[in-house]
Amino acid sequence: MTVANIQISETPLVLYLLRRADDALILGHRLSEWCGHAPMLEEDMALANMGLDLLGQARELYSYAAKIEANGNDEDKFAYLREVGQYRNLLLVEQPNGDFARTMVRQFFYAAFADLYWRAMMRSRDASLAAIAAKSEKESAYHLRHSSEWIVRLGDGTAESHARAQGAIDDLWAFTGEMFWLDDRERALVDAGIAIDAASLRAPWLKTITNVVSEATLTLPTNNWMQQGGRSGQHSEHLGHLLSELQSMQRTFPGATW
Amino acid sequence: MATPNVPLWEVFIRSRNGLAHKHVGSLHAADATLALQAARDIYTRRGEGLSIWVVPSSAITASDPAEKGMMFEPAESKIYRHPTFYDVPEEVGHM
Repeated sequence: MTVANIQISETPLVLYLLRRADDALILGHRLSEWCGHAPMLEEDMALANMGLDLLGQARELYSYAAKIEANGNDEDKFAYLREVGQYRNLLLVEQPNGDFARTMVRQFFYAAFADLYWRAMMRSRDASLAAIAAKSEKESAYHLRHSSEWIVRLGDGTAESHARAQGAIDDLWAFTGEMFWLDDRERALVDAGIAIDAASLRAPWLKTITNVVSEATLTLPTNNWMQQGGRSGQHSEHLGHLLSELQSMQRTFPGATW
Repeated sequence: MATPNVPLWEVFIRSRNGLAHKHVGSLHAADATLALQAARDIYTRRGEGLSIWVVPSSAITASDPAEKGMMFEPAESKIYRHPTFYDVPEEVGHM
């Protein structure tokens, strides 16, 4: 059985909200994949907690996007009835979990950005976005602290954990540039005081990353060629597999409810 | 899930209206910092606390369960030690 994908009128603000919501949903889903599989029970809970924080952020952003779009869509339709090409998340967040070090490096890269991003967005002229930012900032601050502590312990741990953490940093590095990228439509929102200029976050982000990575006796790659495409719907092959699981229930039993 | 070879910690939480930290359980963590984070993630998910203590389980000296007769039974017959024979005035408040 197939269910039609929804159509979305992506005004600049709707697109902007979907981009952030998709980041949170996809990363949150990735973390949920650890449920019952983490190296220890304590970390299983920590990963699920962070996943639920992100899911909560996604829900608020989707709901707000639905309200702005006013086209009959809602948070569930955004999550369950869009295909890969309609997703607007960063390539970073859809990358597979890999081992625990890889998951933590991905979380660390994103949380270090999200912490700065949401803190800055608390000053948005859009009251709804500012309110979402105020709630998300506290969550992201904790995600950053938790992942930073792990980066230090993995990097400065055993030869094995060091090699795994360094490998993850090297592999995921090319996906970090996309966080600071913005197009003309976002530029218009920045000019209107609704969005913040993500590019301005790169220097403070790099400072945080550099401090933690050096404390962890790890190194950042010198190669600064960056991958992008997620923001406009060009994704890695991983997202399709993720969505097929995330959406399987609603695609198989359309409209199913609890 | 394998039991990790890392130290055990006892967790104490002070609740919103609580006057003292109460023991809520234990967890495994490599060091104090991670123990505190794990305690936050495991024991305060439903808004249970405003303050957390973590203590290495190895730092606790416990009474011997085999000695409970000697340790605790002598107190059982001394009901006069319970403040149940007089009324506490309202104004005194929480004791």
